[in-house]
Amino acid sequence: MSKQSIPVRKFDAVIVGAGGSGLRAAIQLSEGGLKTAVLSKVFPTRSHTVAAQGGVSASLGNSEEDHWHWHMYDTVKGSDWLGDQDAIEYMCRMAPEVVVELEHFGMPFDRTDEGKIYQRPFGGHMSNFGEKPVRRACAAADRTGHAMLHALYQRNVRANTQFFVEWMALDLIRDEAGQVLGVLALEMETGEVVAFHAKATVFATGGAGRIYYSSTNAFINTGDGLGMAARAGIPLEDMEFWQFHPTGVAGAGVLITEGVRGEGGILRNSDNERFMERYAPNAKDLASRDVVSRAMVTEINEGRGCGPNKDFVLLDITHLDPATIMKRLPGIREISIQFAGIDPIKAPIPVVPTCHYQMGGIPTNYKGQVVSPDGTPVKGFYAAGEVACASVHGANRLGTNSLLDLLVFGKSSGDSVIDDVKSGAIALKDLPAGYAERTMARLDRLNTQTGGSNVNETRLDLQRTMQKHCGVFRFKDMLLEGVAKITEIEKAVAKTEIKDKSQVWNTARVEALELDNLIEVAKATLVSAEARKESRGAHVRDDAPDTPENPNGRDDVLWHKHTLWHREGSRLSYKPVTMTPLSVETIALKTRSY
Amino acid sequence: MATSTMLFKIYRYDPDKDEAPYMQDMSVEVDFALDRKLLDILTRLKAIDDTLSYRRSCREGICGSDAMNINGKNGLACLTDISELKQPVVLRPLPGLPVIRDLIVDMTQFFKQYHSIKPYLINEGPRPERERLQSPEERDELNGLYECILCACCSTSCPSFWWNPDKFVGPAGLLNAYRFIADTRDQATNERLDDLEDPYRLFRCHSIMNCVDVCPKNLNPTQAIGKIKELMVRRAI
Repeated sequence: MSKQSIPVRKFDAVIVGAGGSGLRAAIQLSEGGLKTAVLSKVFPTRSHTVAAQGGVSASLGNSEEDHWHWHMYDTVKGSDWLGDQDAIEYMCRMAPEVVVELEHFGMPFDRTDEGKIYQRPFGGHMSNFGEKPVRRACAAADRTGHAMLHALYQRNVRANTQFFVEWMALDLIRDEAGQVLGVLALEMETGEVVAFHAKATVFATGGAGRIYYSSTNAFINTGDGLGMAARAGIPLEDMEFWQFHPTGVAGAGVLITEGVRGEGGILRNSDNERFMERYAPNAKDLASRDVVSRAMVTEINEGRGCGPNKDFVLLDITHLDPATIMKRLPGIREISIQFAGIDPIKAPIPVVPTCHYQMGGIPTNYKGQVVSPDGTPVKGFYAAGEVACASVHGANRLGTNSLLDLLVFGKSSGDSVIDDVKSGAIALKDLPAGYAERTMARLDRLNTQTGGSNVNETRLDLQRTMQKHCGVFRFKDMLLEGVAKITEIEKAVAKTEIKDKSQVWNTARVEALELDNLIEVAKATLVSAEARKESRGAHVRDDAPDTPENPNGRDDVLWHKHTLWHREGSRLSYKPVTMTPLSVETIALKTRSY
Repeated sequence: MATSTMLFKIYRYDPDKDEAPYMQDMSVEVDFALDRKLLDILTRLKAIDDTLSYRRSCREGICGSDAMNINGKNGLACLTDISELKQPVVLRPLPGLPVIRDLIVDMTQFFKQYHSIKPYLINEGPRPERERLQSPEERDELNGLYECILCACCSTSCPSFWWNPDKFVGPAGLLNAYRFIADTRDQATNERLDDLEDPYRLFRCHSIMNCVDVCPKNLNPTQAIGKIKELMVRRAI
């Protein structure tokens, strides 16, 4: 296929990804009258937002006093002070508005006796600047993500949004000046490649949890937006920070929401001890996720794991009223029966920390604009949700802040696009010569490669390497070895071979193209993690221990800064953390404890 | 390790090279200690033959991607226990929709019917500053309705949908129609009932109840359809 044969379709805006943030941005653009295309690898309601369970945070104060400023404090503390305080303030202040808006869109939230949105406690959410747990997580049973994604899709049906379903974006189109002009995308049903030429391109492609062997993430979470951005010369921010969710079903990896502990669930070791009391005397089982995951791994490593191999701990809700379980946690009960073979009303659930969420991503500001290392927006390029790094999650995300992130920044990115298009700040520039060459060469290679590497085996190699070398606890030697290994795996990725050459719904081709993205994310993660010689949030190293000068191993003198990984030469640079909020005082650096 | 060989008969069709669909015998070593679900086995089969095509995503029964016909009954591969399957396991695409390739069907008609019921909250009143109030009891009316994952297991097991996929809304669409009728915040009940009062759109349902039998989320479209009919009768008198 030559580039002349590539059809070009023109839009005001193209959104890549139809999960929560893509759909929220699409509502803004469709209702704002912009000609918008939304591309998605899967039918919108199959996006991974659908699997979120516990809730979306907002200081509505429906059950007890709450304030966005407390929410902001918790988020900064949860981020281990790596989050940007302007973006965090913006998100927490906007939370009540976007959650109420979602209710107006039709979201079937659970209700309090007064008929208001039901709220439950969640890890790290406290009242009065860290005092005691507060009910801030707005929930629809334990199916909040499902209810939210469907409500957002339904609102888009109302707004007549134009979807391109089962299209995979392959590469960003960027001109010499660095302006983003759209994407090249593959229609899975026909194998046809089309250029989506747009004034604005919004990435809402979600995370890349599939770089790990054991992951709560869906098969589709392959970091496509990160791969595309990296190949187009956009650096990736803070990629060493990955959240391991404390409660994945042992063996299966399927998520069990933190809302289970919000409703009163307790973690126990083989001595039947509620061990979190030792690690977080105040918040206990509702400490931040990184803290709980490390406690669990420590218990297992010290021989207090459960089961024949002593390799998991137990999540116990047998003391809760079965009626509460049936009403507030029905999905969890289904999952436990399906994937652990136990009914949590009668027996505790075997759980292990499981890769769940990427805190890092494409650098953006709180308006959803992608920014260069110096902070100036990249013309025509926007990102929101898990693919973006605003940065509101810093070194560790609080539970329920991901669903909030995608509402707030989905909306703000949409608004920024409207502003930039209407003010004429971005216009439709001509596509540069040869814009499709690199992409078509990649597809041609896949069609003609012989004697190459197997996609499935190479992906497993990558996932096992990440699992072993860059997990909950990180070790200097293992990180160094991991970087060397991933560099080897990169060579195998460059010569993957597929047997399927069909143009029609070629899933082998899609998986090979996804692997091209996974490798960029894996490499960014390992290289960034190896370089960061401190412990902060989810990144904890053996050679950065807890000392009086550096409590918890955090080194604010040398490492209170954001990492930027540049694909070219696998180079790192750094940028300062924004400590100045929009309207309130800075939340000053402090030792983090729960 | 408790490994054994599992036998499959799988519907294969690639319009790029096959003149007609055919059933292919496939077999795979299964480790019953590791593999629980049919989707785990499909992943193993695909590692052997990368041309085998099917949709999948969340692998936990919430995204609705991997619906297929398993030993004659519609279900999700990710929620189907392999220990319960009679061998050879016969896998076919969902019945009644055009096949694109292997186990992948064209779902256009299914979604067209879903979209036809205006699947969104209609409330043209002034937007309050806070949430619209709804009592816990009113909210409970949505249970068993809002959980639909649009996997199409129900509609593609319904003979009425097979005969009139263009005219009969089908169990999934009707369940969702009732989800909005039952929502105290929605103001369009009359318009919704008008739209469904039609010999085909609603009344092709003959309570065969295949939909209830196959729903992987244990929802009951027949009951929802019954409630819509009840409301029509009630407003007529």
